[in-house]
Amino acid sequence: MKKKFKPRKAPFILIGLFLLLFLFGIAVEEPLRVLEQAKAICLSCIGIG
Amino acid sequence: MEAVRKWIQFFSTFLVNGFWGFPVTKNIYQGPLKVICSPGLNCYSCPAAIAYCPLGSLQQLLLGIRFSLETGSLYVGTYVVGSMGLIGAVLGRFVCGWICPFGLFQELLHKIPSAKWRIPKVLNYGKYVFLALFVVVFPLMLVDDFGFGAPWFCKYVCPAGTLEAGIPMLILQPELKSTIGWLYWNKIVILLLFVMWSVVSSRPFCRTTCPLGAFYSFFNRHRLVRLKLNEEKCTKCGACHKVCPMEINFNETPYSPECISCMRCMTRACTYGAISLEVAGYSMLDDALPVRQKNV
Repeated sequence: MKKKFKPRKAPFILIGLFLLLFLFGIAVEEPLRVLEQAKAICLSCIGIG
Repeated sequence: MEAVRKWIQFFSTFLVNGFWGFPVTKNIYQGPLKVICSPGLNCYSCPAAIAYCPLGSLQQLLLGIRFSLETGSLYVGTYVVGSMGLIGAVLGRFVCGWICPFGLFQELLHKIPSAKWRIPKVLNYGKYVFLALFVVVFPLMLVDDFGFGAPWFCKYVCPAGTLEAGIPMLILQPELKSTIGWLYWNKIVILLLFVMWSVVSSRPFCRTTCPLGAFYSFFNRHRLVRLKLNEEKCTKCGACHKVCPMEINFNETPYSPECISCMRCMTRACTYGAISLEVAGYSMLDDALPVRQKNV
């Protein structure tokens, strides 16, 4: 007999939680800051300068 | 399955490093795709990188947090942690085994014939120390006169940054050679140490130092996609112990934070169908593999 499929709830709770954080970040325009940083070379970060 | 995994590792490495105009521009990619989080450890100062490194970004946001808050901005890392958390909640350390470019680099090095050594389990805790101190506490707390911290992990440790960005940028922009100092040589030594260690031990950076692996490991028990042990089918033969690149005894700790879900235990070792891939509680691939059909 096939076992009944019981979905786990924990992954969906975690996904929901981090989705909220992600959306909050977008709401405060953090992606623009991230993009600004990612476009510049951080020389000291890569051991130069 | 191992060949499929290798192809996916190469494909994802080229996908996050998809800017091939750098020999002409002599600079890094500066387009809009850099707002996307790279799932694996991939320096965003790499000339070919088209996505941002979550560790680098998080440190940059934390080191300037005082300035952000003083100017009324709420750049506290929620977008970056949210992105990392979403990836972790779905895949966990699948990323390390299937997507991370630096993981692939270490695996290739480990194929070089040599004596092979195990890594003492106590060193596995090192990555949590690097995550807590070098990625969060030091950039946040150790600040200069202007209130800015430093990206400690990138600046003093990250060998991926040296390999993917430090060395290539010196080749692309030779005038930078005049600015290299002890910081650069310190990172070259760290890179060389990990290169040599990777030849003799399996994935030493992932296991002892990688803060991103440490973060994803928190999700290993409750992630959406994970490997599952069917205890009724397990004979405790120990075959899964022998093939694991992370030296886990899978049948004893199926949700180990060290498991990178490479699936070697499932496809190369277990002939009893005791290990399966599980998505949100639904098991799959448990009886579909030829190795098992041959041995049943």
